Amino acid sequence: MKRLRRTMLFIPGNNPGMLQNAGVLGADSVILDLEDAVSLMEKDSARRLVSAAIRTLDFGSSEIVVRINPLDSPYGLLDLQAIAPVRPDALLVPKADVAQIRLASSELDRLELEAGLELGTIRLIPLIESAMGVETVTEILAASGRNVAVLFGGEDYTADMGVRRTKPGEEIEYARNRVAVACRAAGADAIDTPFTDVEDFEGLLVDTLKARNLGFTGKAAINPRQVDTIHQAYAPLQTEIRHALRVLEAMEEAEREGKGVFSLDGKMVDAPIINRARQTVDLARRLGLIGGAS
Amino acid sequence: MIILKAAKAGTLESNDILVMVMPTDKHGIELELESIVMKQFGPRIREVILRTVAELGVENVHIRAQDRGALDYAIAARVETALRRGAEGGAL
Repeated sequence: MKRLRRTMLFIPGNNPGMLQNAGVLGADSVILDLEDAVSLMEKDSARRLVSAAIRTLDFGSSEIVVRINPLDSPYGLLDLQAIAPVRPDALLVPKADVAQIRLASSELDRLELEAGLELGTIRLIPLIESAMGVETVTEILAASGRNVAVLFGGEDYTADMGVRRTKPGEEIEYARNRVAVACRAAGADAIDTPFTDVEDFEGLLVDTLKARNLGFTGKAAINPRQVDTIHQAYAPLQTEIRHALRVLEAMEEAEREGKGVFSLDGKMVDAPIINRARQTVDLARRLGLIGGAS
Repeated sequence: MIILKAAKAGTLESNDILVMVMPTDKHGIELELESIVMKQFGPRIREVILRTVAELGVENVHIRAQDRGALDYAIAARVETALRRGAEGGAL
């Protein structure tokens, strides 16, 4: 079954206390961060700590992702070489471009072979956080079969654009659209930029719903307290679930009667509506909002 | 591995350990350990530190460790970092 990535929670990589608790915070994915959360003087220390943590600690059902340093910095390749052997689920590659994703992918080919892992075990998640990244997101996604998602970084993107970052986020709307569509076209998850005001849960909910409506399948979180709110935004509403169930019932009835096209509440139901109903019911079952197997 | 200069790794935050290593003229491993959980876990922490030192092939070193309740994985990672920093003159 496809993994849910509604929340990807950043955990500072040089903090043992936070690493130890990462698995119980309820996030679908945890991102153990070797980049921005770690000062230049502590890169070596954090790399060893995260590597030891992955080998030793239980992260529960959370996907284990490590954000390495950029591959054009002195630390990126060292991170990749130290972390790949302990087999995280995925690596998050910052300031991603086609060349960096190709490089990460070929290094992983080599390291997986050395470690006796099946080729392609470790996935990649490009972090798109520049104007060039947004404009080439399709090519970046196509650069490796290891890519399973894209994380859009709104803070660095707006800095690169030289525009002000605001709460309503009009300045990132084009980039969000572009990333969401490219991900959907490539069959990858689209993960939205974090909401940086960790005290504003109403704002977080609005921001998450906005991105969800553009096609994002999840959102990064920078504080454990944001996880529940984001999950709330990604849970189908009871009215949506009821409607979806009725669509599927009506479809089965139409099939029994040999009808190709049918209507529900006076509206024609066609393939896209059936597909959406299936997705809603599937998600609701996985989240335990309705019982039973399909 | 030969320790050439004083180096440290880790912090005094809870669940962490601050490890300082220094070159020594004496032969062998000298370990000064203090811990908030000394009574219960002192011998275990000592064991993890000494095992890490042995794994890296360090024969002569003075170590001062201040533990704030770190788990084994964190103790081993911090000791290794401190030793490598002391041996190489600061690693990337």
